[in-house]
Amino acid sequence: MYKMQLLVCGGTGCRASASAKIVEKLNESLASHGLTQDAQVVTTGCFGFCEKGPIVKVIPDNTFYTQVKPEDAEEIVAEHILKGRKVKRLLYENPETEEHIPDSKHMGFYQKQLRIALRNCGFIDPENIDEYIARDGYSALAQVVTELTPQQAIDMVKQSGLRGRGGAGFPTGLKWEITKNFTSDQKYVVCNADEGDPGAFMDRSILEGDPNTIIEAMAICGYCIGASKGLVYIRAEYPLAIKRLQIAIKQAKEYGLLGDNILGTNFSFDIELRYGAGAFVCGEETALIASMEGKRGEPRVKPPFPAEDGYQHKPTNVNNVETYANVPVIFLKGPEWFSSIGTAKSKGTKVFALAGKINNVGLIEVPMGITLREIIYEIGGGIKNGKKFKAVQTGGPSGGCLTEKHLDTPIDFDSLVAAGSMMGSGGMIVMDEDDCMVSIAKFYLEFIVEESCGKCTPCRVGNKRMLEILEKICQGKGNMEDLDHLRNFANVIKDTALCGLGQTSPNPVLSTMENFYDEYLAHVKDKRCIAKKCKALATYTIMPDVCTGCSVCAKNCPVEAITGERRQPHFINQNKCIRCGVCYTKCKFNAILVQ
Amino acid sequence: METVKLTIDNKHVEVPKGTTILQAAKQAGINIPSLCYMNLPHLAQEHKPGSCRVCVVEIPGKKTLVPACVTKCTDGMEVLSHSLRAINARRTVVELLLSDHPKDCLICPSSGNCELQKLSINMGIREINSVENAAISTYRKDSSPSLLRNMDKCVMCRSCETICNEIQTVGALSAVNRGFMSVVAPAFEQDLTDSPCTFCGQCVAVCPTGALTAVDNTFHVIRALADPTKTVLIQTAPAVRAALGEEFGYTPGTLVTGKMVAALRALGFDKVFDTDFAADLTIMEEGTELLNRISRHLSGDKSVRLPILTSCCPAWVNFFETNYSDMLDVPSTARSPQQMFGSIAKTYLAEKMGIKRENMVVVSVMPCLAKKYECQREEFKVDGNPDVDYSITTRELAHLIRMGNVDFKSLKDEDFDRPMGESTGAGVIFGATGGVIEAATRTAYELFTGKKLEKVDFYELRGMDGIRTATIDFDGTDIHIGIAHTLGNARKLLDGIRKGMYNFHAIEIMACPGGCIGGGGQPLHRGDSIVLKARMQAIYKEDLNKVIRKSHENPEIARLYEEFLGKPLSEMSHKLLHTHYFSHPKK
Amino acid sequence: MTKIKSLDDLRQRKQQLEQSMEIRENSDHPDSLVQIKVAMATCGIASGARAVMNAFVEKIKKEKIPAVVTQTGCMGYCYAEPTVEVKKPGMDPVVFSYVDVAKAEEIVDKYIRNNELLDGILPANYQTI
Repeated sequence: MYKMQLLVCGGTGCRASASAKIVEKLNESLASHGLTQDAQVVTTGCFGFCEKGPIVKVIPDNTFYTQVKPEDAEEIVAEHILKGRKVKRLLYENPETEEHIPDSKHMGFYQKQLRIALRNCGFIDPENIDEYIARDGYSALAQVVTELTPQQAIDMVKQSGLRGRGGAGFPTGLKWEITKNFTSDQKYVVCNADEGDPGAFMDRSILEGDPNTIIEAMAICGYCIGASKGLVYIRAEYPLAIKRLQIAIKQAKEYGLLGDNILGTNFSFDIELRYGAGAFVCGEETALIASMEGKRGEPRVKPPFPAEDGYQHKPTNVNNVETYANVPVIFLKGPEWFSSIGTAKSKGTKVFALAGKINNVGLIEVPMGITLREIIYEIGGGIKNGKKFKAVQTGGPSGGCLTEKHLDTPIDFDSLVAAGSMMGSGGMIVMDEDDCMVSIAKFYLEFIVEESCGKCTPCRVGNKRMLEILEKICQGKGNMEDLDHLRNFANVIKDTALCGLGQTSPNPVLSTMENFYDEYLAHVKDKRCIAKKCKALATYTIMPDVCTGCSVCAKNCPVEAITGERRQPHFINQNKCIRCGVCYTKCKFNAILVQ
Repeated sequence: METVKLTIDNKHVEVPKGTTILQAAKQAGINIPSLCYMNLPHLAQEHKPGSCRVCVVEIPGKKTLVPACVTKCTDGMEVLSHSLRAINARRTVVELLLSDHPKDCLICPSSGNCELQKLSINMGIREINSVENAAISTYRKDSSPSLLRNMDKCVMCRSCETICNEIQTVGALSAVNRGFMSVVAPAFEQDLTDSPCTFCGQCVAVCPTGALTAVDNTFHVIRALADPTKTVLIQTAPAVRAALGEEFGYTPGTLVTGKMVAALRALGFDKVFDTDFAADLTIMEEGTELLNRISRHLSGDKSVRLPILTSCCPAWVNFFETNYSDMLDVPSTARSPQQMFGSIAKTYLAEKMGIKRENMVVVSVMPCLAKKYECQREEFKVDGNPDVDYSITTRELAHLIRMGNVDFKSLKDEDFDRPMGESTGAGVIFGATGGVIEAATRTAYELFTGKKLEKVDFYELRGMDGIRTATIDFDGTDIHIGIAHTLGNARKLLDGIRKGMYNFHAIEIMACPGGCIGGGGQPLHRGDSIVLKARMQAIYKEDLNKVIRKSHENPEIARLYEEFLGKPLSEMSHKLLHTHYFSHPKK
Repeated sequence: MTKIKSLDDLRQRKQQLEQSMEIRENSDHPDSLVQIKVAMATCGIASGARAVMNAFVEKIKKEKIPAVVTQTGCMGYCYAEPTVEVKKPGMDPVVFSYVDVAKAEEIVDKYIRNNELLDGILPANYQTI
């Protein structure tokens, strides 16, 4: 019986920072101090606080060590485990009060979070099905297959108000019911684990931290819709998630929780993995199905929906990872409990990948209806380096930028759409005063142009044309007509693109044009980039009172645009200057002014 | 039948449930423009990727516009095909397509025949709103003996992909790359000649722009005609006369045989001959081969390969050489009529005319692109000199006629030259699916039974069904016949034969839908089945008009055997009229 | 691995496995549990704190008491080691001095179960990090 446990994050992020080595070193130290009977090291999934990873959490006192290195292992064991003295330097420090917070329960990052989909992430060993079972794992499946009819189970999912977490927010129970109502000799349950938004890693973390919950939910779905086959479409770039899923499937099969006659019933269900090559468009369900069938990964016109005509033309239910992760809890705690969380039309929680200019970068799960202000300032710990908040981008390339005025809007599926963005799969990127919103729109468009499947004209050509216009604007060559064209292209693409991803692809442009039109105007009319991000628009001048005349800038200028006597203030010839910024980076006296 | 009522542009329409907006609009006299949509009812193939977005229409209250080609009508639906929103979107979409398209319309091989050009004209597009020097997706040009690919002009309608994969099951073309650089190409963007392409040319027939076009040999012909040392012969394939008229404004199905001959003569060809003559010769050789195999089979010879497969179609030959290299001894060894013609012309006729082989130029007018490749095959050359020098298509012939300043419509009918212009009705029907086997039946019946065939029309062998089977009573012996057109249907039959599912004695296969009348070298029909049926009727009409309708009754054929070849399958026949096949499992 | 063949099977399996997770489950909601903190600095260990801690762990497990046993650093009462702090939900922490294995059992039986105070209580006037 262990008195203490050391939970070490084994998510991809912390692994990249040698968390596997930390586990090894902790075990070595425990052995050398004769503590192997007292304390146990457990590799878990992601704790979410990736900003400060690798994380080691000591149980039962909830000590939260951040940025742990393998060489810290000995100190943690010798001091904390052996002597009960917490290693202060590794404790999380509140950036405002500079106070060390030993207990994760008292960290702002966790206080506003409510973990349903992530309930087991950072808590159990994802490679050990027993730990999942100990946490009521597979009880929901057992309840469903032994006590409920498929319709009863679907009704519970409907009552819970769960909506798809992949982006559009379609009611999950209804989707299941529609699939159930199509009769066919074979149906399929598909898990969309093709997380493709830039910066998003919600689904990866769930699969890495709690793979069994996906298996359980898929089996429940299979029972409900009458499918005996499940397929997980997962990016090949997620090797750890794949490995853990494979282990979980193997263990579930060994326990008879997958396979024929589950728990002595007539219900049989099996799961296979299908690997995607990481195309953004394959996150669209019809493209995903095409890809699984070995065809070119591109969407097709809907209807018919996959519920009618899906994988191999059979009725197919497609949900994403996070949606499935919510399912077992609905049965364990009841649909009423689930629907008591959230807003009128969006129930439960949402996982976000918090990124950008924010102190606490990481993975968070919050109840629907929370405000952006709470997320950014309380959970996220505010803007980095005390800068001013400018915008937050939600929904990835399909979403839009929200501003100061949206900070107090309770966020859910519908309010985000109303504000010109969308929930998307849960990317949330915070921008500060240094970010140029035209460049941000350009960034997302570059992504879309790169990832467009090329099937329909508006997305294939239209987005390319929009990108060309934005490039032109960022080079200071834009005119007012370009803005008209940009807006027209954006509206037409929104109106005519074939798939959901195409239709939403102009959102970053439209929302920045809506909320930051002054920045567009500044680029086009004044040829200025307020955030000084667009190099071509920057003017470099030398402040004569600061310049020492050291002539380093002149020596480094590639076009000999800088002249001046030695020990006398230098001067930049604006006609020659190519705005490369070399003078700015080389000047030791901060004498170069960028405007 | 259950119907739905809706309004399109405020017109009330009632259509069967399941009808698309595009179809319903057409019924109401509203022509919603489209580009990627292609309906091939005779092949039961509707290509509707819904991807070009040219046909978008507005349904008030809907979040987005909808593509008319794939959206089904519902009761009470209100459709606006020319609202400001719909027109602006459609126009923008066409502008986008044009912005990524070369602007060399004046010299484009598809100029005047281009669907994108038509859209631009109809929408009155005068400028393209995008940045100056907007990027155009460009690709390596690819040429083959038969077709050219200039994918800069590809609009990603993917019609070619559907034809190549779904109808022909050749699998040479599919979409590659992503986004702006998406294009239809052979795997790994290899050359067509290295791909499984059979040069059937159906992709060219359905390409709405100048992305896929035929190799143009017209100037080779003009040069030959201008060379005083050359005697230039031309042979015209049966399907050409049933379609050439379309190029000069005649309704589809108008036979222009006499005018065609007159035009060719006006252009300066020394002799105007008929491939139908060679078709009759083919029947003599192939029919005899068939009878031989059947007789041996009936006498218990287990080594004989049945069914015999026709070998007139060069795309089909390419197809089985690539896909069925284990069955190379099954098809007839008879050369195609084009090649038989060339071979006889440059031997028998050259000798008769007293000219040297190298001074004779044989040109063929074919409804086909694969013929261009076929006549370049090494086995059809003698000391490097090809039996057929140049093969041009029906479309190229129309160009030649226009270039030669010939007013086609005012020409008086003329007749082919002799001897190789003499033909029978059996030779004519080679142009339609089922025709070769019907012609063979007419001859084989009489040779097999020794009795005269009274009724020469075998209606059971005709039609547009993809696979047809019939049993013909050869005076007490049942002869089982199979017919397939399109390579996809050929594959179905061949796979069945490989598995031993069928007991056919003979099978006719044509690569193109409807047979040669639907060839890739014909006036572009874009899959219009009405045009194909009209051409087919014209072919059978020509047959009916012929006095002689059985190949073995062609007097010039009889003379050829008497004077030169001896008898069918003779040593001379084998040398000049038969071939062997090569395995190309590559591709 | 043996297969789980029925709902009962699964329930039994869960009960067996629960214990190993108890320490983590409890840490998730420590405020609703009795928190026993054993001072485990050098002085404490030297005075037998490890044995005391083990005794608490065994005892609460045996008696099925909803409690969590953690260790803490030196509380500053080196003269009175081993020292143990017990915090019951909604009550102020109490620190016991000179705790040995026998006293540990007594603390559980008397204070934790019945709120009876024992000898050797020290004033708790410090803060832990």
